[in-house]
Amino acid sequence: MIRVVVSEAAIDVAGEMAVLEAVGGGAVATFTGLVRADDGVGELLLEHYPGATEAALEKLAGEAVARWALAGAVIVHRVGAMKPGERIVFVGTGAPHRSAALDACAFLIDRLKTDAPFWKRETRGGAASWVGERASDHDAAEKWR
Amino acid sequence: MIDVLYFAWVREGVGKGQERVDPPAEVVTVADLIDWLGYDVLADKAKLRAAIDQVFVPLDSKLGAAREVAIFPPVTGG
Repeated sequence: MIRVVVSEAAIDVAGEMAVLEAVGGGAVATFTGLVRADDGVGELLLEHYPGATEAALEKLAGEAVARWALAGAVIVHRVGAMKPGERIVFVGTGAPHRSAALDACAFLIDRLKTDAPFWKRETRGGAASWVGERASDHDAAEKWR
Repeated sequence: MIDVLYFAWVREGVGKGQERVDPPAEVVTVADLIDWLGYDVLADKAKLRAAIDQVFVPLDSKLGAAREVAIFPPVTGG
């Protein structure tokens, strides 16, 4: 089971958990990313490449399902305007046992950072700036290759 | 004809999200296309990434029969 959602709607973690618990594995692992209030960020805007984003996430989820023999993988990414503390991304995996679920969950969030076309713009006190790429994100993604 | 899409600060610098262009035959690669488009914001190619028909590619990739080329900064999702 692969479920990919890119939407401006708030992320319903309980609903996504229920989807993962229904796939029939003995283990569910999830990661939820929240908008940080780094250095007084008041608003975060998420831009994406419609079509290509969903395709990239589905490809990643498919890779995870094949590599760890998952029963299910869910990726939900929010786009549009968000406030600090709000959920920006949810990744969840369902598998027969914990190690596959945990490893696949880490793989998905690490690779999502470098493989999916999203761009963050932070607004601090009325001044907007695009977030630059981080070398540490590339290192995290590379270790799964 | 190629639909060229721009995202994030590239889109802001170009002043539009997309345009349809008809580059001459000597425009062979994505990098050639970027040079031919000629926008100031595209001057530093080290800061740019690209996709051909929605698949990430290096800038030296050949356009071939590309219908859609996207030009954007390094991605920062998650």
